[in-house]
Amino acid sequence: MDAFFWGLAIFLLVNAFACLWRAYAGPTIVDRLLAVNIVGTKTLVVLVLLTLVFGRALFLDIALVYGLLNFVVTIVATRFLETGRLKGDW
Amino acid sequence: MTGLAGVSGALTIVLGGIGALFFLAGTLGMLRLPDFFCRTHAATKCDTVGAGSILIALAIFNGLEVSSVKIVILAALILLSSPTAGHALARAAHVTGLEPWTTPRKGRQE
Repeated sequence: MDAFFWGLAIFLLVNAFACLWRAYAGPTIVDRLLAVNIVGTKTLVVLVLLTLVFGRALFLDIALVYGLLNFVVTIVATRFLETGRLKGDW
Repeated sequence: MTGLAGVSGALTIVLGGIGALFFLAGTLGMLRLPDFFCRTHAATKCDTVGAGSILIALAIFNGLEVSSVKIVILAALILLSSPTAGHALARAAHVTGLEPWTTPRKGRQE
């Protein structure tokens, strides 16, 4: 089963690098934000796969923090893009 | 014993394969679709279904443990947060005045 997990992790890493090209070359800033969001999700799944392969439960907590940070970063960046400020009303 | 392990292994492989297919579809959409709104259509689907399916597969493989509960919580977090983030991004693009990509229609004057 470890071979399947390794294959899945490498496949997801290749996909993440392909999405990273969109983050580099995206014509608008929301394209880049979307690409970074997707790379973050793939990294999270790879972290959970590495948890099962290496048998370390610590990586799972890192994956949880990664998911929360990914969400918060996207929401804050879109808010800043919409309103132009980070405090006050929406 | 072996029957149950075989069933959980088969479920893991099937769900993981489905998730990998959705991730591939999302990546192809990210790279090939012409517009931001089309791209967010592809990407949000890839995030929710792909990551959710792979995480549920890993939780099934892990069995009844504390870490399985954590993986399920992670899947629920992704299922909640990824569509929300996609919606916020699309709303920000719409508010800041990004024009959607359209094809000119044939045989009709607009």
